[in-house]
Amino acid sequence: MRRTLGIATLVLALPLAAAAQLKTITLPPDHPYGELKPGPGVEVTQRACRACHSTDYIVMQPRGDAKQWEAVLTKMIKVFGASISDEDAKAIVGYLSTVYGK
Amino acid sequence: MRSPRREFLRTVGGLGAIVVSAGLLARSPRALAQQADPILAGRPLVRYPEKTDLILLTSRPPQLETPMTYFDRAITPNDAFFVRYHTFPVPTSVDVGSWRLRVTGLVDRPLELSLADLKAKFSKAAVTAVAQCSGNSRGRFAPRVLGGEWGDGAMGNAEWVGVRLRDLLAAAGVRQGAVQATFEGLDKPAFPSVPHFVKSLDIRRVMDDPDVIVAYQMNGRELPMLNGFPARLVVPGWYSTYWVKNLSEIAVIDHVFEKFWMKPAYRIPDTPCGCVEPGTAPKNTVPISRMTVRSFIGTPANGARVVPGRPVTLKGIAFDGGYGVREVEVSDDSGVTWRRAQLGPDLGRYAFREWSAAWTPASAGDYTLMVRALNAIGESQGYEPLWNPAGYLRNVVERVTVHAG
Repeated sequence: MRRTLGIATLVLALPLAAAAQLKTITLPPDHPYGELKPGPGVEVTQRACRACHSTDYIVMQPRGDAKQWEAVLTKMIKVFGASISDEDAKAIVGYLSTVYGK
Repeated sequence: MRSPRREFLRTVGGLGAIVVSAGLLARSPRALAQQADPILAGRPLVRYPEKTDLILLTSRPPQLETPMTYFDRAITPNDAFFVRYHTFPVPTSVDVGSWRLRVTGLVDRPLELSLADLKAKFSKAAVTAVAQCSGNSRGRFAPRVLGGEWGDGAMGNAEWVGVRLRDLLAAAGVRQGAVQATFEGLDKPAFPSVPHFVKSLDIRRVMDDPDVIVAYQMNGRELPMLNGFPARLVVPGWYSTYWVKNLSEIAVIDHVFEKFWMKPAYRIPDTPCGCVEPGTAPKNTVPISRMTVRSFIGTPANGARVVPGRPVTLKGIAFDGGYGVREVEVSDDSGVTWRRAQLGPDLGRYAFREWSAAWTPASAGDYTLMVRALNAIGESQGYEPLWNPAGYLRNVVERVTVHAG
């Protein structure tokens, strides 16, 4: 996984030859394991949540009622600053507490 | 244990999309063990850069869990070591030529150290120590709690080599009035509203402890990117939330740092057990710190088949928060009788202690094998799990079920 810079760059950088040791990795895309199940509100839920994280964060959680998911939305908005309108938040809680509800 | 399991099975059963990976899993013994575990069943094995097949918890940011079969030995290979990041994006590219570790804040001489500086200007320190996520085994809490629903694989043990944190701080010259040092890595969230992952430790705690190091080597090699390349903090005995990866800045401050990842995150009830009545909230909390005593059976795997009358070697690991494991016991009758296991080489008080025990299933049937450890100050493990709302500190006696026949 360790790479050195390409030849051209290396020549340009000769005076600094001792430096320049680049290590780069490429992460795979979100795994299909995290796909949300279909249901009313799935699109807005995907859009809002995927802005910051993969949705396996949702599918791995214990199922919960509206109160549980409301608390999650509040945390995402208040603590992590997620930009989600009240209307969208309501739709997302509705989706989660139905499709991932008790 | 009963009803949450059923509930989880219901959840997993609903995930129709995961059958592809489940089909692939069915072929290896490791996969069988995974499927026998309600928390891990259905989770795909994935391969990330510099990593072997690990159990996916989340893709973005990456959180990957080590399969239990690696815990039949003291050292966890680098490519099998668990991965846990808090925010996205995570560091994917580091130019060692330009990377610097800054030591700033309440110091006489702020430092900017290259990797070569760390290796050349400071004496080398080594410690073999267990990194364990605070929330390891959170998926097993009953009542269930929200969070990273780990099985038991958010832990690993490696030999870490680097420089002593106190040597770095001494070189910078900690000033009068210093209270804590904060630690920050290269991971910076995409949105400014998301709290940076910054952790803190008391200055006194790090100056008194020669085993707290900034490690640039893991099991004799450079760190995998996802385990903190080019250097990470190692705080032996304490949960790995403090082991800041891809470390870039240490700042000495004159107060107790209480931003998000120190407060309200990563806190435990301020009670002797760090626990509260299941389902209730603690009155006061403190930052999580020292690990509790744990022990695991690495082989045979949960759900494995054994042959009646044929001897099997039970193998696993035990560890604690830095006092050292004194004794490990195993039981094959759900804890009615216990006998002492043989301990492997002592790699130090912060390391996994390997153990083994010969066992012969007398007759056909299911056996519940259990393991428990006792540390040097007499702490052990209980039959009943302790509970707290964040799902930390789990250390109940663990069991695997094997079928003889």
